[in-house]
Amino acid sequence: MSDATAAPPEPPPGETAARFPLWLKGVLPLLLLGALLALFLAKGPLGVFRAAFPPVEELTLQRIEFPAPGQIRIHVVNGGPEPVTVSQVMVDDAYWTFVMSGEPTLERLDDGTIDVPYPWVRGEPVKVTLVTTSGVTFTHEVAVAMESPRADARYLSTFALLGIYVGVVPVFLGLLWLPFLRGVSKHWTDFLLALTMGLLVFLGVDALAEAIEMSGVVASAFQGIGLVTLGVVGAPLLIEGVGRLRKRAPAGAGQVHADAMRAALLIAIGIGLHNLGEGLAIGSAYAAGELALGSALVIGFLLHNTTEGIGIVAPLAREPVKLAVLAGLGALAGVPTILGAWIGGLSYSPVATVLFLAIGAGAVIQVVITLGRLLSRREGGLARPLNAAGLVTGLVIMYVTGLWVAV
Amino acid sequence: MAAVSGAAALARPAAGAQQAPQIVHGGREHIHAMGTGGGDVDTSLFDPSVYLDRFDWGTTSTLPDGRTLREYQITALDRPIEVAPGVFFEAWTYNGTVPGPTIRCTEGDRLRIAFTNAGSHPHTIHFHGIHAANMDGVFEIVDPGKSFTYEFDAKPAGVQLYHCHAAPLKRHIHKGLYGTFIIDPKDTPLAPAREMVMVMNGFDTNFDGENEVYAVNSVAFHYQRHPIQLQVGELVRLYLVNMTEFDLINSFHLHGNFFKYWRTGTRPDFYEYTDNVMLCQGERGVMEFTFEHEGLFMFHAHQSEFAELGWMGLFEVTGGVVV
Repeated sequence: MSDATAAPPEPPPGETAARFPLWLKGVLPLLLLGALLALFLAKGPLGVFRAAFPPVEELTLQRIEFPAPGQIRIHVVNGGPEPVTVSQVMVDDAYWTFVMSGEPTLERLDDGTIDVPYPWVRGEPVKVTLVTTSGVTFTHEVAVAMESPRADARYLSTFALLGIYVGVVPVFLGLLWLPFLRGVSKHWTDFLLALTMGLLVFLGVDALAEAIEMSGVVASAFQGIGLVTLGVVGAPLLIEGVGRLRKRAPAGAGQVHADAMRAALLIAIGIGLHNLGEGLAIGSAYAAGELALGSALVIGFLLHNTTEGIGIVAPLAREPVKLAVLAGLGALAGVPTILGAWIGGLSYSPVATVLFLAIGAGAVIQVVITLGRLLSRREGGLARPLNAAGLVTGLVIMYVTGLWVAV
Repeated sequence: MAAVSGAAALARPAAGAQQAPQIVHGGREHIHAMGTGGGDVDTSLFDPSVYLDRFDWGTTSTLPDGRTLREYQITALDRPIEVAPGVFFEAWTYNGTVPGPTIRCTEGDRLRIAFTNAGSHPHTIHFHGIHAANMDGVFEIVDPGKSFTYEFDAKPAGVQLYHCHAAPLKRHIHKGLYGTFIIDPKDTPLAPAREMVMVMNGFDTNFDGENEVYAVNSVAFHYQRHPIQLQVGELVRLYLVNMTEFDLINSFHLHGNFFKYWRTGTRPDFYEYTDNVMLCQGERGVMEFTFEHEGLFMFHAHQSEFAELGWMGLFEVTGGVVV
């Protein structure tokens, strides 16, 4: 981006400009749109656009909870254009009695809770189907039924521990590479910067794919892909904007140090946002009974995320850093995993999960851009064969460590 | 918990799915070991309890040769029906109900059925029986707004059925165009009994090629919410017809009792003494039984899936000595 902006040419002061104030020119199309809508609603041939049959019904079963043995709680949202009435509830292909909170008819974007006294079997799948007035069915399958986590000490500590294993420990382990980075030659620190870029490109694409996949679960009215776009595009711009709020240091050695610190901070924030999304996904998958937290998976995340720490310290290889600052950066990147797992496990919402995964992807992309800028100032930039090899090596490392994580 | 559900369903109004269950039938709730969904249907339009033993004998007159002429009116109508509480199915019906009226006559009667198609698609009535080819309701397609009169002699004696034979056949049948056609034997009259008709059927409410609702006489769990009242020692004769689409077979299982079973009801001697029969699509039979004990006795498909999707009901037997 260029700081110098060309001023738009001044329009010649015409007669129209004199007659109408600028704000009116801005609002006029909106006023006309409003008038057209009012006319359309009052007199327009609405019937022409409305299909008489079948009614367009769309319910999304957002979350199935198992609060206690013999109890199922269904969270449902109407994401379609028409009101929908839930008439019957089937569990495992059997009609069952149920109690719905509020009205059985859900207006557009309304959500409701349905309690079903059903003797579900721990560890076995459960299939819930809602039947509407017109006989349309909406089904959600839970792969493994188990009691939903409650915000008790046991759950919070379990997921704090998980967050520490998956997010905090690996990031801090990665930070420990700093003394090594300081020891190697300049060419090799550039190589490691490129390698970090590779790691993060992989991570960003992975998070983006996961966000897009999850967006299919979101009720269509909430526009999953729109959320993904908002997160991916919005997050980097926001982080970039925040980064520029900091006062620029005077040119010279101070400038280089400040740039390096800024890069490290942005990388930590980006990785932190990404880990928040990752924590959300892990917590919600666990709560939804879709994730068995086997030790293999935890080990996989441990290997996978250790690489994130290198990313943070790579720009600092030539800079003096206080230990406390380093620890702060590590916490910024790692701790959000714990928060994400708590939120995801206790109040899962597909909308929030998609948005945070997308924000995470966007944040990581922002980090890649930051690193790219940093590297371009070095000798040869990414075009240098050693640096290009670094980027590819990063991708390969993520792929190989990912073999343990891929579910 | 499941014990509450059945009784709760008895007590709840049609649109009452949102209301908390209340138990009004003291002492009954422990018997309902299974769920029945929520609420009840509006029975003012179609009441399976009334349909159960309502027979259409037609308008009778005597022919010159001394035989009885029975004349029936059947009209095809498009109409939504409530197949489970709050769940409506856009049905095609004979005379506005699914199943259509139970046509009843005696072997050898002359039957004249005036059919009018007031529906939106071409229909016919295909009767099972022995008759002329042009009375078979296959090639004489009756377009909307048109009429056709079927005329033939009633034979053979037994429990027969009728249904639409317009293409596509599967759709015309599963949309609801079918009914029971009973021909009483002429020479060996049946013993007096409490008679009832049960048509096993299903509804594919979301048109995915599978039934979401199963029932006898169209309404899921109706006879569970409204048990059929019987007396100890009373002879019951049940005409059972299988009109289920999509599933090859259906079955009938009686609790706490056994029954004599006549396949198609065409022979005087009974075929089997059992408590469970299996019927293919279009198959039917007659069963007779007498309850020895008081109490609530279940009857249902022995395919548990069908039972829990609505094909489940109760006989409430009274008048005996409680042992």
